[in-house]
Amino acid sequence: MTLFIETLIGGLLAGTMYSLVAIGFVLIFKASGVFNYSQGALLLFSALTLVTFLELGLAFWLAVIVTIVVMIALSIAIERVVLRPLANRNVMTLFMATLGLSFVIEGAAQGLMGSEVRLLDIGLQDNPLFWGDILISEFDLIVAGGATVLVIALALFFSKTRIGISLRAVADDTASAQSIGININRIWQIVWAVAAVVGMVSGMVWGARQGVAFALSLVVLKALPVLIIGGFTSIMGAIVGGLLIGAGEALAETYIGPLVGGGISPWFAYLVALIFLFIRPVGLFGEYKVERV
Amino acid sequence: MSVTPSSALRPAVDSNPLATGSSPLAIGLLLIALILVPFVSSEYVTQVIVMPVLILGLAGLGLNLLTGYTGQISLGAGGFMAVGAYATYALAVHGGIQFFPLAIVLAGVITAAVGWVFGLPSVRIKGFYVMVTSLAAQFFFEWLFLKFPWFYNFGDVPTISLPPMSLFGFDVDGSYVVRYYFTLSLVVVLTWMASNLISSHVGRNWMAIRDMDTAAGVIGIDSKKYKSLAFAISAFYLGIAGALWGFIFLGTTSIGSFQIDRSFQILFIIIIGGMSSIRGNYIGAAFIFLLPLVIDHAAKTFVGDMVSPGFLSNLQKFLFGVLIIVFLIKEPDGIDKLLRQLTARLWRRTPTKKDNERGAQSEPNR
Repeated sequence: MTLFIETLIGGLLAGTMYSLVAIGFVLIFKASGVFNYSQGALLLFSALTLVTFLELGLAFWLAVIVTIVVMIALSIAIERVVLRPLANRNVMTLFMATLGLSFVIEGAAQGLMGSEVRLLDIGLQDNPLFWGDILISEFDLIVAGGATVLVIALALFFSKTRIGISLRAVADDTASAQSIGININRIWQIVWAVAAVVGMVSGMVWGARQGVAFALSLVVLKALPVLIIGGFTSIMGAIVGGLLIGAGEALAETYIGPLVGGGISPWFAYLVALIFLFIRPVGLFGEYKVERV
Repeated sequence: MSVTPSSALRPAVDSNPLATGSSPLAIGLLLIALILVPFVSSEYVTQVIVMPVLILGLAGLGLNLLTGYTGQISLGAGGFMAVGAYATYALAVHGGIQFFPLAIVLAGVITAAVGWVFGLPSVRIKGFYVMVTSLAAQFFFEWLFLKFPWFYNFGDVPTISLPPMSLFGFDVDGSYVVRYYFTLSLVVVLTWMASNLISSHVGRNWMAIRDMDTAAGVIGIDSKKYKSLAFAISAFYLGIAGALWGFIFLGTTSIGSFQIDRSFQILFIIIIGGMSSIRGNYIGAAFIFLLPLVIDHAAKTFVGDMVSPGFLSNLQKFLFGVLIIVFLIKEPDGIDKLLRQLTARLWRRTPTKKDNERGAQSEPNR
């Protein structure tokens, strides 16, 4: 039983890291209908930038600020160069453009900043904590706490600030939002910048965990099943989906893994997602859409 | 907002059906050129350039049937190619089939069945959700073929190469010329079949589903049936392409040849070559396959050996991404469309002397 609870808690905590990545997706999808495959590349890029500045000797907080500035600049450039010319094109074209974008960002990041594995120290120790008999990773616990703070901050941003409200207006109905004078291009830039900053946070966390290298951009593939379960348009869904996938993966690896030779985590999440699709094709928090001919 | 259906991949190509087909003359000339390749060029060109382009083009065709014609985006092309290769191997080693063409066709059929199974969820879901099921397939196969030694005949390393098999009386590992002609004939036959299929009622129903599957349902097209069929036939092509890639081109292969990068490569082939275009697949394959060679060569010529291979591969990646974006922005119908416009222009304006004079005089009126 201890093993079960330990695995479950470990899985849930790891799940918050999936949620973080998925939230970046949801933000962009909600506001612009773009399925942003390059979220993983943005994650890699931000983590690499951070590591590079840290290696140059900048203080940690300064490096974070510089990275945020770089990511905002990158988001604005992406909107200008890639998204604006593709405005009003269908969603698949936009998706494929972000696929190309992920190649550009990955190539640039590794070409400029090197492709060897680098260590990222964000000042968190991974001490084991004991709660009764149950072992919990301090690192994961702090990350989960940080993720919660981030989500609350985002929620406040969306419900209280003027920009946040315009963002929601655009997500609701782009044409009407535009007709009352909301600058869509600006909104897209902001939303990409916010997603990039969320990506940076996930990049920091994942990078501290497994080192900063190309594998970081594959985190994007972990987030897809989360999106399927939670629905593409719900931040709440991204959180719940991330936790479900995290816990499910950890439990499956522990209990089912040994039966089939282990290493099932790359596809187990997808299997869960597929089963969900059969039960509820729009995800837990997605909206059914009436289609008209 | 929710996911819009796959209305997306609608090409301008279909607006004028007469413009899509290549003329019989052009096809004939191309065929003759392809048949002559081993005679007029070196072993290197035949085996390392023309053959892989043909095979990748065939894989592109398989994906295009599903993505370009039926509108179901897939990132599982590499996985299905792996199924084809491993099925061929299993048929040869465990099934005792000696005749390579039989093994490869049966492997195609097996892959088609697998593709049908993985296409089942698409009956209920749309758009990006379908893409995720294809990713599930991709990762599942990557795990499966590595995890169970049966698939590589309990060898020490998870690589597979065929036992001696016959190819119409020749050995499959023998002369590259035999392998080239086998590939060429298979590619020609399968391409011809695909082109007929697309102009049949099946292809037309696929395109109706792609353009708007709700509307297709309203006019009485059984979209479940035709979507499943598209998954199966697409997988058939991908499976055969995978077997050709693994055993005819590479010789010895492993799951490493069919990872997700392969899926992306095939997807890029159809984006750059042209969605819903048959010859676009081969044009795209040539472009995608040869571009890295050209970049490599250019870097070596202009910069010398100073460039590290790591930097070069990142540069390639960067340029690939840029190209994809440029194509999507400037020419979403791919190189095929560009070529068609170019030929149309040349055809219209084959300038005779008289023409030029008249043109110069009446310029303002044009």
